[in-house]
Amino acid sequence: MHALNRRGFLGLTAGLSIATLTGCGTTGAQTSAPSTPRAGGRLRAAFAGGGAKEVLDPHLANLFVEAARSKALYDKLADLGPDVSAQPRLAEKWEPDTTLTRWRITLRQATFHNGQPVRAEDVLASYARILDSNRAFRAKSSLALIDLANSRAVDDRTVEFALQRPFVEFPNVLAAFGAYIVPAGAEDFTAPVGSGPFSFVSFEPGKSVLLKRNAEYWEGAPHLDELEFVIANEESARTNALLGGQVEYAHDLTPTTARSHTGSDRLAIHRAPNSAVQAFAMKVDRPPFDNRDLREAMFLLADRPQLVESVLAGAGQVGNDLFGKGYQHYADDIPQRTRDLDKAKFLIRRAGAEGLTVKLDTSTAAAGMVEAATVFADQVKGSGLTIEVVTGNKDSYWADTLKNGSMSSFRSGAMPIETHVAQRLLSGSGTNVTKWARPEFDALYDRAVSTVEAGERSSVYRDMQRSLHAEGGYLMWGFADWIVGAAPNVGGISTAPANTLDWARFDKVWLG
Amino acid sequence: MSLRRYALRRLAIGLVQVLAVVTVVFLLVQALPGDAAVALAGDNPDPRRIEEIRVAMGLDRPALDRFGSWLWGLAHGDFGVSLFSGRPVAEFLHDGLGPTLVLALLALVLLIPLSVLLGVLAALREGGPLDRVVTTVTVGLHSIPEFALAVVLIAVFGVQLRWLPPTAVGADLLASPAVLVLPLVVLIARPLCSISRLVRAGMIDALASDHVRHALRLGIGVTRVRFAHALPSALAPAVQQVARTVDWLLGGVIVVEAVFVIPGLGTILVDAVAGRDLPVVQGLAVVFAVTTVVVNLVADLVVFRLAPRSVAIA
Repeated sequence: MHALNRRGFLGLTAGLSIATLTGCGTTGAQTSAPSTPRAGGRLRAAFAGGGAKEVLDPHLANLFVEAARSKALYDKLADLGPDVSAQPRLAEKWEPDTTLTRWRITLRQATFHNGQPVRAEDVLASYARILDSNRAFRAKSSLALIDLANSRAVDDRTVEFALQRPFVEFPNVLAAFGAYIVPAGAEDFTAPVGSGPFSFVSFEPGKSVLLKRNAEYWEGAPHLDELEFVIANEESARTNALLGGQVEYAHDLTPTTARSHTGSDRLAIHRAPNSAVQAFAMKVDRPPFDNRDLREAMFLLADRPQLVESVLAGAGQVGNDLFGKGYQHYADDIPQRTRDLDKAKFLIRRAGAEGLTVKLDTSTAAAGMVEAATVFADQVKGSGLTIEVVTGNKDSYWADTLKNGSMSSFRSGAMPIETHVAQRLLSGSGTNVTKWARPEFDALYDRAVSTVEAGERSSVYRDMQRSLHAEGGYLMWGFADWIVGAAPNVGGISTAPANTLDWARFDKVWLG
Repeated sequence: MSLRRYALRRLAIGLVQVLAVVTVVFLLVQALPGDAAVALAGDNPDPRRIEEIRVAMGLDRPALDRFGSWLWGLAHGDFGVSLFSGRPVAEFLHDGLGPTLVLALLALVLLIPLSVLLGVLAALREGGPLDRVVTTVTVGLHSIPEFALAVVLIAVFGVQLRWLPPTAVGADLLASPAVLVLPLVVLIARPLCSISRLVRAGMIDALASDHVRHALRLGIGVTRVRFAHALPSALAPAVQQVARTVDWLLGGVIVVEAVFVIPGLGTILVDAVAGRDLPVVQGLAVVFAVTTVVVNLVADLVVFRLAPRSVAIA
């Protein structure tokens, strides 16, 4: 049975809950996370789930809870560090040849939970499974660059990958969402076997997954004895479960909850800045935003601090129309844009757009989008231009706005700046919502991903960002914090952006 | 027509109703914007990926073809598999039915005696202080929606006073009964009012009816008259309301499941519809339709037993 809430029900369960957890949140004098790691205990983490959708196959992972469970059970060759750059994980090191089309990866000495070593063959089999043409795994498009037929296992701990084209950012591919290494031939994931910091104990779909400490983990054993993921779809239920002592970690809380519990002695709020960008996307290939002056006018009309304060309830930072604040290669030397109504009015007049009404498509597909659109429409008033907010269907929103309309709400989680460009800003990109397609920009990207020298490469990325900042289609007004709540005695929770290695990573967490 | 033939005919009609429900559900889910592939692809998906998922899930087959093979499977007792996880739909139904049944049965066990008791007491003291108190309290409870009552109860008893666990997250319902207290209170609150009001009205009518007065004139004891003669016909109108409540409970009360984190049928339905996981949605539709047909049939038969004249079996 499950260890019940340690505060129990009038002692009814007192005899049953045999101290799976030590200490009680309110007895100690601790108000902030304890600073010395302690071993032992079971941490219960509440996530939103989806009964029908939940799977333990790490290649099928899609939901946050699945991503968090995958990283507890499995490893990737690389993963994203706090600055969203690729860090070696199962790969001890990587070396490209001079053409950047052949990469030699040396594997770490690691073992799966069944005692078998992680071999080059497992890596190739895992990637072959993801790239299977009859399936649709999420990492497939990232890995499509690999020429698997010409890749090989040099020895048990060395893989040589052949690529379709030169690509210096290949480690970003190794860190792709869902690119986990499973034992060769694994197809049945009812009792998954990985090489991660926790090993599998039990799974009740839609309800809970119980894992235990992997003492043999290559990076050192976790502090916790046991880790239990429980499902609570409603944010209020996750908060209540945390307040009632039924869980010690509640993932994805709203800024409003964070605000009302800041300084509380019953739960600690942990914020991960720069986790999700909030934006409006203007399509540059059609009227009215094919006019550069009009795009610039929109940039100047946004009152970013007000948007952050009202839409994100203060849980975020202003954006500068560029993706990836704080990430590797981010052009932080470009001055921050601020509202300038007079200049915007002038630009609108010059563009001949006075009296024009523009539709801003939005939906509830992501939190805060409708609110942001409404606030922005208000900020535009008095500029000579009118914004009409159109709330569309949330289920087909992304497909609709990719094709139709001229301006839409947009949000995105963390990914390397290179990946953002490749997926959204090249002539051949699959999700080019701003329709930014410029041969000279494509050429800059090609140069960046084939430039070995890091400083030089970074300067190419900065050139690309300067051009996007000046006349791109994304009005990126803010970066939302990712908010999790935890019991006051939980230590070691990272503030790295969501989707990176340290987010929802429980092998470094302890119960004080 | 005999009771048995009546029941058989109702069951045959029920089968047609279930088929009709399943077909309508299929058409409605088809009509919803987006499909399972779009739902799975998430934010900012590449249209090529959506197409790949569609092919991998077999969603590129014609709708009629998919519906036909699903019906064929159903006729053989096969509910199909989830589009997302590939798990058999029967497993989802099995997993969700447990918590839903536990809640529904416990709610009924508490609800029926309690509402009959309150209704009878109020009727026997019609217009008295007890009647007024019962009326005020039950009507008051009836006017509070489930989610509002749930939120208040959790805030007071779960979070502030900490007398009861605020949610059932991760808990085994039967092994830790404390988690059931608040959900049961919320589930019972409104039906308690509607059923006890019907019992009260039925009892007042019955006590004033000719056959009860005749029984009293014959010198039969007051208690016997009240409970053996008046009560059965007083219950008849309430039985239909109990049936509706049973149906509502067995459908998995979505709000209650969501707020208290109980992974029952309602939660599975919400997840499946959000993900457009059609086989799971259809499996649930079958279960809900069958439940409704059976519960209503049973209710009619019970009413027939209680008060034969009140049901016209044509």
